[in-house]
Amino acid sequence: MTGKTIAGYNFAYLDEQTKRMIRRAILKAVAIPGHQIPFGSREMPLPYGWGTGGIQVTASIIGADDTLKVIDQGADDTTNAVSIRSFFSKTAGVKTTESTTEATIIQTRHRIPETPLTEGQILVYQVPIPEPLRWLEPREVETRKMHALSEYGPMHVQLYEQIAAYGRIAATYDYPVMVHGRYLMRPSPIPKFDNPKMDRNPALQLFGAGREKRIYAVPPYTTVKSLDFEDHPFSVESWEHCCGLCGSGTSYLDEIVTDDQGGRMFVCSDTDFCNQRQAQGFRGPLNSEAAE
Amino acid sequence: MTETGEQTLLEVRDLGKQYGNVVGCAGVSFDLWPGEVLGVVGESGSGKSTLLRCLSAQIAPDSGSVNYRLRDEGMCDVHALSEARQRMLMRTDWGIVHQNPRDGLRFGISAGANVGERLIAVGARHYGNIRADVTDWLQRVEMDEARMDHLPGTFSGGMQQRLQIARNLVTQPRLVFMDEPTSGLDVSVQARLLDLIRTLVSTLHIACIVVTHDLGVVRLLTHRLMVMRGGRVVEQGLTDQVLDDPQHPYSQLLVSSILPV
Repeated sequence: MTGKTIAGYNFAYLDEQTKRMIRRAILKAVAIPGHQIPFGSREMPLPYGWGTGGIQVTASIIGADDTLKVIDQGADDTTNAVSIRSFFSKTAGVKTTESTTEATIIQTRHRIPETPLTEGQILVYQVPIPEPLRWLEPREVETRKMHALSEYGPMHVQLYEQIAAYGRIAATYDYPVMVHGRYLMRPSPIPKFDNPKMDRNPALQLFGAGREKRIYAVPPYTTVKSLDFEDHPFSVESWEHCCGLCGSGTSYLDEIVTDDQGGRMFVCSDTDFCNQRQAQGFRGPLNSEAAE
Repeated sequence: MTETGEQTLLEVRDLGKQYGNVVGCAGVSFDLWPGEVLGVVGESGSGKSTLLRCLSAQIAPDSGSVNYRLRDEGMCDVHALSEARQRMLMRTDWGIVHQNPRDGLRFGISAGANVGERLIAVGARHYGNIRADVTDWLQRVEMDEARMDHLPGTFSGGMQQRLQIARNLVTQPRLVFMDEPTSGLDVSVQARLLDLIRTLVSTLHIACIVVTHDLGVVRLLTHRLMVMRGGRVVEQGLTDQVLDDPQHPYSQLLVSSILPV
């Protein structure tokens, strides 16, 4: 079902030749899980850093019968999410949704949905810096050599330094992972809370970095292991609170300041997950609309 | 050394390196045995550093061969190994102590991490064990373990050099290359560092190639000596023999150039 699109633009904004080029990069990326594939990133009608990589990946894989969901920090209603969603409904005329289960393509910034993904779904990440070794080794030639020879010692040295300084691994987001036991990968700035969701996920995960011109991928059911030390194993964040609106004790919570008197509440960062739960009748301690 | 049944560790044959028309080094041949310390002396520009870099696979020679006895598969041409193997060798079985600690240490990470990095690179993934090994090595090079988490930039020159030695020896290499390890340090620190190197090398049975222009270092540290000039070896023999009874005019000049104290 093709909806109304703006006249003068190709389907999903990019021209067919560009989409083909990006698809070739995606195929390579899927064939070598976690390996960064260069591609000819195009100028997009929004600034670098706002998701140009993710948009180009989405534009090249989206079809007329796809249903698109866009989230930004877990929320469906933030500026980035709203504008990218309307971009695709205008240029491709596709159906958009806020529901994780209904979507066939989910473009995301900084989160993986709480609702488990299923086979056939595609998760597209917006990536600011694809190179996991970037702050350890400034030379691109050298980082490529390190990837080629699997020399990932310096990454562990960084974790060592954190334990020596803070008594624990202090990285909380963009936590480095090993994909399929071979390539070190930056999972984009998702909280480490989401790292375990990447492991053996039934959905296809694609990563697009527009400014850095790199695409990489984690195919369905691929092992993704977060780096750690034997005596300092990887662990995820936990909260003393549950979600103030839906009462979930298992989701990733945002802390929201509610007044200037020190008032605050913790709510799910995944708005769709929170709304679904509330629709099912779950209520958190701060939800004023007491159950019906 | 042969009576213990040991075999040569390193065999160098007719090694040469040209930089255009300029001779880097030419016709260098020698054998090195496990636990042996070989000194290389000569004036600036005599090809000492070129030789060291050819031997340690940092640059490829134009002629000749460097054969090293690997732990598992015997004699191997170092320059025929894949880059991955060379880099592995560099991190495990070999050590390189640079003249300038900035070349051998990473100044952005703590002293402990500098030593631990080599352990991590060969697969150590237990924080507590790495920490214990690092502490042990800092003690062995007579460094205060309280400074383990400080950046190398906050250390004195002598301490930086000792840290470099700890970083190299932590993986228990069998061959260590040293490029002017004590130059740039004041005499009392030099003496302590030399003493430390001599003790470690003899207790750990490490073979060493020490490039220096300091005959004092040579006298204290090395068993055998090569004198280089214009890229060629002009004289080689036991250290005491060469220093006490130099045959080649250049060696004689070198020995007589030591300022009497």
